[in-house]
Amino acid sequence: MNNTLDTIMIFLVLTNLALLGLSRLGTCIRIVAVQGVVLGLVPLLMNNWHFEIRLAAFSAVLIVLKGIVFPRLLTKAMRDIKTLREIEPFIGYSSSIALGTALLIICMWLSSHLPLPVETISELTVPVAFFTIMSGLLLIISRKKAITQVLGYLVMENGIYTFGVTLVEHQPVLVELGILLDVFVAVFVMGITMFHINREFDHIDTDQLSNLKV
Amino acid sequence: MIYALLLIPAIAAVLSLIIRKDLLRRLILILASVSHTVITVIAWNVETKSLMGGWIDLDKPGLLFLTITSILFSACSFYAFWYLAVESGKRKQDFEEGLFFTNEPEAIFCSCLMAFLATMTLVTVSQHLGLMWVALEATTLASAPLIYFHRHHRSLEATWKYLLICSVGIALALLGNFFMVIAASVPEVSDKSMILSSMIEQAKLLNVPWLKAAFLLFLVGYGTKMGLAPLHTWLPDAHSEAPSVVSALLSGALLNCAFLGILRSFQVCSAAGLGQFCRELLVLFGLLSMAWAAIFILGQSDYKRMLAYSSVEHIGILALGIGIGAGATFGAMLHAVNHSLTKAMLFMTAGNILAVYKTKNTKSVSGIMTVLPVTGILWIAGFLAITGMPPFGIFLSEFTIVKSMFEQGKAGIAILFLAVLALIFIGMANVFINMAHGKKSDSVNVSDRRESVISVFPPIALGFLTLITGLYIPPVLNNLLHDVAVIMGGNL
Amino acid sequence: MIFLKILNTVLALITAPLLLGIINRTKAFFAGRNGQPLLQPYYDIWKLLNKGSVYSIATSRIFRIGPVVGFSVVLIAAAIVPFGGLPVLLDFQGDLILFAYLFGLSRFFTVLMAMDTASSFEGMGASREVTFSALTEPALLIGLAAIAKYTGYVSLAQIFSSINFDAWLNAAPAFILIGFAFLIVFLSENSRIPVDDPNTHLELTMIHEVMILDHSGPDLAIILYSAAMKMWLLGAILTGIVIPVHSDNVFLNVSAALLFMLLLAVLTGIIESSMARLRLLHVPQLLIGAATLSVLALILILR
Repeated sequence: MNNTLDTIMIFLVLTNLALLGLSRLGTCIRIVAVQGVVLGLVPLLMNNWHFEIRLAAFSAVLIVLKGIVFPRLLTKAMRDIKTLREIEPFIGYSSSIALGTALLIICMWLSSHLPLPVETISELTVPVAFFTIMSGLLLIISRKKAITQVLGYLVMENGIYTFGVTLVEHQPVLVELGILLDVFVAVFVMGITMFHINREFDHIDTDQLSNLKV
Repeated sequence: MIYALLLIPAIAAVLSLIIRKDLLRRLILILASVSHTVITVIAWNVETKSLMGGWIDLDKPGLLFLTITSILFSACSFYAFWYLAVESGKRKQDFEEGLFFTNEPEAIFCSCLMAFLATMTLVTVSQHLGLMWVALEATTLASAPLIYFHRHHRSLEATWKYLLICSVGIALALLGNFFMVIAASVPEVSDKSMILSSMIEQAKLLNVPWLKAAFLLFLVGYGTKMGLAPLHTWLPDAHSEAPSVVSALLSGALLNCAFLGILRSFQVCSAAGLGQFCRELLVLFGLLSMAWAAIFILGQSDYKRMLAYSSVEHIGILALGIGIGAGATFGAMLHAVNHSLTKAMLFMTAGNILAVYKTKNTKSVSGIMTVLPVTGILWIAGFLAITGMPPFGIFLSEFTIVKSMFEQGKAGIAILFLAVLALIFIGMANVFINMAHGKKSDSVNVSDRRESVISVFPPIALGFLTLITGLYIPPVLNNLLHDVAVIMGGNL
Repeated sequence: MIFLKILNTVLALITAPLLLGIINRTKAFFAGRNGQPLLQPYYDIWKLLNKGSVYSIATSRIFRIGPVVGFSVVLIAAAIVPFGGLPVLLDFQGDLILFAYLFGLSRFFTVLMAMDTASSFEGMGASREVTFSALTEPALLIGLAAIAKYTGYVSLAQIFSSINFDAWLNAAPAFILIGFAFLIVFLSENSRIPVDDPNTHLELTMIHEVMILDHSGPDLAIILYSAAMKMWLLGAILTGIVIPVHSDNVFLNVSAALLFMLLLAVLTGIIESSMARLRLLHVPQLLIGAATLSVLALILILR
């Protein structure tokens, strides 16, 4: 079990790095979806695969949302505006990967300075959760397309979720409520906004959203 | 009692969606807001009992912020009554770029307005850190459609920035909540619920590094929503593009609610003995916000943006006041009241000016005094109030904070504080006085003079209230502020 | 014992060109051709050795020294890299650094040779080679460092004799990462697709081929042979990590390793048949990715 969770964590790191280095929006959307599905299984894993309706429902909702609904929504948005690639990000792909590696090292260092007061199953969860949050933020900052920014937000949310599910064990309600609200409503509203941006501007390049200055 | 506070706006929100008649809907808006305020006033005198196993309760800080929110909302509901009447109509022409656009359906606007009140009420009454987070997230969602009232691309841009930046901030605050839980997961802590009173009781047992990290995340997360520099970037856009009545609510009520979120985590941290750490951070962010705002106020050419940056400045003063502690905590609490009243009054006045002059550019507005006499007086009075001139309330609260700085030997900070205030005074005086006096702008049509009673009455009422707090703080309010200041670690 | 030590080096000397033959046959298979004989690389080398050399008047002594340096470098490397658990001729503390920089030396001379011809075309290839190798080197070195840290040794022979299947059970994620990183290093260092295409002679895309365009006869034979040796040695490193068979039976160990080498050659052939060369702009991304995998493995092992 330790090894399974470790492997999931490594998978998370690799997918984050891949997201930082890829330009094709379709691939990015799929990677985030896979990330969401794999993470959706973690609560069951944490419970040693014992079946419990509340947990199973939580997992199922997350997997359906992150694995099916969001990818569909985002792919549709991508098709509507006919942009398949993120063009000329503020931080290039190679530098993004290098920056990501640096961030990973920082997160490792940070988490070694924050010893957990409780025992954990995998030592990797804290640094990897931090790293996922950081790479989500990096995506939001360094990319121009609204879709990629939404993806960045989702990645960041995945990081917070990793943290909550693996470590915050005695407050399950808080975690589940928080995560569901975070994911569902925020992205729902973002989707609507994206739709409106699309209608108004015929593109979703947030770089062009620069009428309001100082 | 608390149920009534929560349910009245919630029911009104649903009703607004159902009702077809515009006039009836607007009346419901006023009715719900006023009854909300009446119940709030009753709550001052009646002991409320906690609900849902202590998750919801109205304590002193909650009562203070609830009162501010409720009073502002009542004033705004009258103003909105007038505003919606003027703004109704299908297609409008944008006065900046000549684009045609439509407004959001009035039903959605009213409904979101009431939902906004309900969620803000929930923020003030929640005693559970997680519930509070949920409520704050809900305020973002309820207010986003309000900013997107005028359906054109500038307001959409503002809404996008507001949603994205605030969602990221609020997600970080969720992480802060998780950190808090981990800090409380040491075996010695018996009651692991996130209810404020039990957290404070057991604060000494909490794990310190995680608690520190949690406070940082709360500060950054809620600070984004509150508008602390350098996390404030959504604020000027949202405030300048939203309808004036919404700007007034965002500035006067929402920022305070986010501030309450920071204060709650500050309560836990200072009970755990981390007061010094938190205070230093608050002072740092406070000074940074003030200085940042001052830079952007100087040479600002859009008066609504100027008011928004002024909000950043005053939010900075609030953080600074809590950070200084002792007498300044009382000052900061008083400041929260005064700033909300004054800023809401100014935004409403700005809305009146905008309605007649049809421009947000400071250079194209002059001679308000001759065109709109009452609004002109309000504009000048608001300027004096917001820059901290006696006899208005802000003078008193800023004076209390500075006095406490000198008493604690923090003269350096005090001098910096006063210098920034002076800078902002100069920057604003230039703009406000030029706008109020001089010849009337050519663009203004005399027949456009619309200074109806209902559009100037709410700002007059709010201005009057802040004048009162400047001259004489009623003992009831004084006691409450004093109690809150003691809870927040200040002592007089 | 001394017999086994010599066998380790001799095996490399004899079988290295065969790898190229296998790769070519695999590619031919996927293209639906019969392909050249498996031993074609040997014939090529023999043919070239029997020809005379042509030297441009623009070249200097460096141009002639280059191939010799390149060959001596791989010879030394063949003495320190263990294959399939065999003992090595040369073994001292820190020889993994030597291993990494021996290739650096040979690359340095290859680049000098290319520059020496004074052809702007070859200079372009040299510039690409240097750019990409600067990115490959960290991946190799950090990966080696990670393994060294895990085993606690700094000599290749000791490192590879102490890796066994238990290591895979204990630190599987790290070893998988290193495996992928070294596969990319293997492809890149040997100028294979997706980094470089050994078959192309298009000036826009060549990297390694362009640098040796002016060589002919025995010089070219030696260069080809050294390149094959380099491929064998890097393959040996990869083998030592992926299938660390250390039974008492030497024959079993070596045949397992040989089998893996065969698979590696086939895999390379499959990769070359199924993938297109990356655009030059995207190559650094791949190489930085490899370095990142190595760093990640090192971090995992350091914890």
